[in-house]
Amino acid sequence: MEYSLGHEQLNGIEEVLQEDLIDLGVNCVFLIDMAGNVIANLDNGKIKHDIYSLAALAAGNFGAVSEMAKIIGEDEFSLLFHKGEKESIHFSKVMTEFLLVTIFSKDISLGFLRLKVAEAIGKIKNILQP
Amino acid sequence: MAFVNLKKKEVQVKIVYYGPGRGGKTTNLEYIYHKFNERIKTEMVTIKTHGDRTLFFDFLPFDIGKIKGYDVKIQLYTVPGQVKYDSTRRLVLRGVDAVVFVADSMQVRREKNILSLQNLQKNLSTYKKSIFKIPLVLQYNKRDLAEQGIPTLSFKVLEKDLNSQLKVPSFEASALVGTNVTQTMKKIISMTMRSLQRELK
Repeated sequence: MEYSLGHEQLNGIEEVLQEDLIDLGVNCVFLIDMAGNVIANLDNGKIKHDIYSLAALAAGNFGAVSEMAKIIGEDEFSLLFHKGEKESIHFSKVMTEFLLVTIFSKDISLGFLRLKVAEAIGKIKNILQP
Repeated sequence: MAFVNLKKKEVQVKIVYYGPGRGGKTTNLEYIYHKFNERIKTEMVTIKTHGDRTLFFDFLPFDIGKIKGYDVKIQLYTVPGQVKYDSTRRLVLRGVDAVVFVADSMQVRREKNILSLQNLQKNLSTYKKSIFKIPLVLQYNKRDLAEQGIPTLSFKVLEKDLNSQLKVPSFEASALVGTNVTQTMKKIISMTMRSLQRELK
């Protein structure tokens, strides 16, 4: 079983990620599926992370946290965020099958980032589910 | 679920090594990691306990070059084999495209192999996948132990226990020494690609 995304959809997603997140100062952003496949990834050109390993770990981490939520009787946790000294990482579900992962520095506030991520997700949903 | 990126002309495929605890799943990946060092640009990711047992999964991305003009990226995963980690095993299976079942040839592990294969069938079914339909290869690991006088199961017994209904390709292997590790991987990749090829135009 497989699925594919074409030029137009991928260009649209990359445009949203660039304009709504990278241009605002986010260091790195990637859209993955729950299996850990990388669908789109963009960065500010200054950093080079191992995106494929990050994607595998992010999908696993998200799955584990979702299972924890179920055990304590929650459908899901609304905020998934790890704060580092310099870099932080934020996860947000896109529909049921995808995950948007954002890596940003302390120059950006979490509240602002969440707002922008929510906007970007709205647009991505329209692209994936026209 | 393999992802085909039509823009980059890239395919990502997820292959999971499954099987009972201490059977050699991680050792398979470690062997591949060392043998194909030049083609693997990143570190192997492992999440293990202090006791060196797999806690969540191992992950090894592996570029195999172009097939029909598409760059094929194989993502190899292992699951934790211990019975108690069933929920994490299920998580790793999400979106799986193909499975290598690593069985332990030691006589004392006979029942554990059978239970683990049944567990694979059950966990695949939670994702509406059938063990009879997914590309699957069996690997009877630790064949080298027989030479050391450790009681092992014969190939015939392993085939009867695990492969009498499935009838999938099987390999006698030693992940520690490297015997048939590459062959197992090549077989599962070719089976996976065959099932994908219809989509790659």
